[in-house]
Amino acid sequence: MNKKIGVYVCHCGGNISDYVDVEKVRTAIENDEGICLAKTTMFACADSNQKEMVDDILAQKLDGVVVASCSPMLHLITFRAVVERAGLNKYNYVHANIREQVSWAHSDNKAGATDKAIRIVKAAIAKVREAESLEPLKIKATKAVAVIGGGVAGLRAAIELAEAGSDVYLIEKEHFVGGRVSQWDTLCMTDETGKELVTRLYNELMKHRNITLYTGAEVVKHSGSVGNFKLELTLRPRYIRFNCTEEELQKAIDVCPVEVPDEFNFGITRRKAIYHNYPSEYPHLPAIDMNNCTRCGKCEKVCSHIDFSQKIKQVDLTVGSILLATGFDPYEPSEGEFGYGTIKNVVTLQQFKRIVHYCDNNLVYNGKKIENIAYIYCVGSRQLDGENKYCSRYCCTSNIYTAITVKKKYKTIHNYHFNRGIRTYGKQEVLYEESSKLGDIYLQSFEDDPPVVTYQDGKTMVKINDILTGHKSLEMVADLVVLVTGMVPRKDNATGELLKIPRGRDKFFNEIHMKLRPVETVIDGVTIAGASQGPKNIMESMNSALAAAAKSFSLINSGELALEPIVAKVDKQICEWCGKCEAACPYNAFSKLDVEGKTVAQVNKSICKGCGMCLPVCPVDAIELTAYSNKEIEHMIDALIPNP
Amino acid sequence: MASGKLNEGPKILVFSTEKISDPAIDMAGLLKLHYPPTVYTIAVPCSSAIKPRWVLHAFEQGFDGVFIAADGTDCPYGESCTEKTGELTRVTQEMMKEKGMDPSRLKMAAICSVCSEAFVKHVKSFTENLLKTSN
Repeated sequence: MNKKIGVYVCHCGGNISDYVDVEKVRTAIENDEGICLAKTTMFACADSNQKEMVDDILAQKLDGVVVASCSPMLHLITFRAVVERAGLNKYNYVHANIREQVSWAHSDNKAGATDKAIRIVKAAIAKVREAESLEPLKIKATKAVAVIGGGVAGLRAAIELAEAGSDVYLIEKEHFVGGRVSQWDTLCMTDETGKELVTRLYNELMKHRNITLYTGAEVVKHSGSVGNFKLELTLRPRYIRFNCTEEELQKAIDVCPVEVPDEFNFGITRRKAIYHNYPSEYPHLPAIDMNNCTRCGKCEKVCSHIDFSQKIKQVDLTVGSILLATGFDPYEPSEGEFGYGTIKNVVTLQQFKRIVHYCDNNLVYNGKKIENIAYIYCVGSRQLDGENKYCSRYCCTSNIYTAITVKKKYKTIHNYHFNRGIRTYGKQEVLYEESSKLGDIYLQSFEDDPPVVTYQDGKTMVKINDILTGHKSLEMVADLVVLVTGMVPRKDNATGELLKIPRGRDKFFNEIHMKLRPVETVIDGVTIAGASQGPKNIMESMNSALAAAAKSFSLINSGELALEPIVAKVDKQICEWCGKCEAACPYNAFSKLDVEGKTVAQVNKSICKGCGMCLPVCPVDAIELTAYSNKEIEHMIDALIPNP
Repeated sequence: MASGKLNEGPKILVFSTEKISDPAIDMAGLLKLHYPPTVYTIAVPCSSAIKPRWVLHAFEQGFDGVFIAADGTDCPYGESCTEKTGELTRVTQEMMKEKGMDPSRLKMAAICSVCSEAFVKHVKSFTENLLKTSN
């Protein structure tokens, strides 16, 4: 049967055509056997082109289609849907990847890239010639989602999924949920506090009986795939029984001899190994930090609710989808970076926010009243070298908002902003104006000439070659230097590594497509939300959390997933039962069948998952896999090699 | 490789896997980790599904090397994949020896879904080795 084939070669704006001569690709294949139509297109995925494809298929009565564009991860589904709209079975569509595996991979060699693209398209044409119409297989999907990370993104996603009707397991590594937002006081633009936001989300969470919250919990093992992931969690105990009174607890905290820097306050205060949550953290249950507890036993003597016999528990879950909202770490400046760690009154923005929280009538740090504050921007973001080349998005806004708050609260404050261009984008721009009207001073430099912080004669000096005043060298004495530090990926990426989630150049989790598939990962069934994916403010985190919840839910909602109908087939003429296929199959899909006195192998289609592990073990080559037949693969190989 | 040079180097056929190693090869492109354009990929569901006859066919048609970008321990179809891909590689190399072919023209390594750098390293050094042995 000779198929009538249509081929579309995509420019992808210039992502492909800047490196691959797409017109040359088109002319190289237009006269190949069965090609009725060969076009180039600026964006194959654009609505207008999709419509044109449907019209072409109908008008030319095409029965095979190839689009040469980006990775099939992005648009295989898109173009399968296009051919379906034109009445074709979607398995008569074949995708050729000439972006990720050609134009981008070989952007250093245009002639080589073009030649390779021609071969790849020819191979796709060879495959579409042999393609058969197929009907999808259905499997059951577990209607439950694991949300990993109990910050505001995870909380919001969990609530949404529960309201949609899914079972939700919210898994938080710490003993308390609320994440970073619980650490902030008032937030722009509404002056609500982090505590208020977290409290509202937590109260909402508690209303849903189909949400199970695990704290002190980590995923340690996983298996399975979309529809049926199996997760093994370990739960760290709190070592304090639930009914502990405040009075007894305080006694236990008082006698605890272990003091460690309190990470909630970014190390500006210290806490005991036995500690209570902050009011903005939930649930309101104390815990013992076993990493630092010395088991001296003093707390046990004053508090009857301490229970060191509590054991680490294991929980097994089955879920249809996994939503990752594991958040970010604030950038930790290196020792000596703008005086951090070497000059006493140099702190990060995050520490500054906690200092402001603890100050009442006067702004005081290290026993000294603060009046002149120098803010140094883009610390750990927009760096010339290294991984932190990105803008952290939230820091300009957060810092200017904090500076305004401080100035309004303490009338004698002077704010000096040593910036590299202010990015209070969108609705937040009014903050910049407000701060300017309040008399804040803005000084600016380029990335290759940053301000310099020095300490001499008991004074902390900040010096800049200010480009706004024609490179005048300006210097000030600062009572406090605030390093406006941005966001970096979590130092602890254990969950990401376990689930094998790809990370981008910035080391944050990578989505499949920045614009079109912004919350999905290449691991089917695993979605990402919040700052685990890249710097985001709270509003943006909520948006992505809701998007990821909707995406995860759409996978499991019907309780059924359509799988590729790729199964093994046995040629009963050739097969002489030897049992090797049965031994190789991980799913027990093979059984014996008697055909006219001969024993042969047969495949149970509803069990076969289409892995193909049975193919190479057959001594007489009697097994073929749908869409990966000898003909298809060997014709693709023939097409890839230039004529000798 | 200099810009504009035609595809004259050793031709390598890569068998990748749709869920694991192919995304890593995609990401190599995304990260602009360059490798020779004489490396071509055919994706299959699982690296344990590759038939020796396909590999032999590639050599007969003129490929200089075949690289199996295996699922390794990340295979979505089960733990036995590592062993099975290893076994089919061994069997194919035996068949190559019988035909008088150098078995080192078939290479296999596990490429996880984020192992883009490892992939590029492998195909670059494979290209160099093939250049040496063909001279």
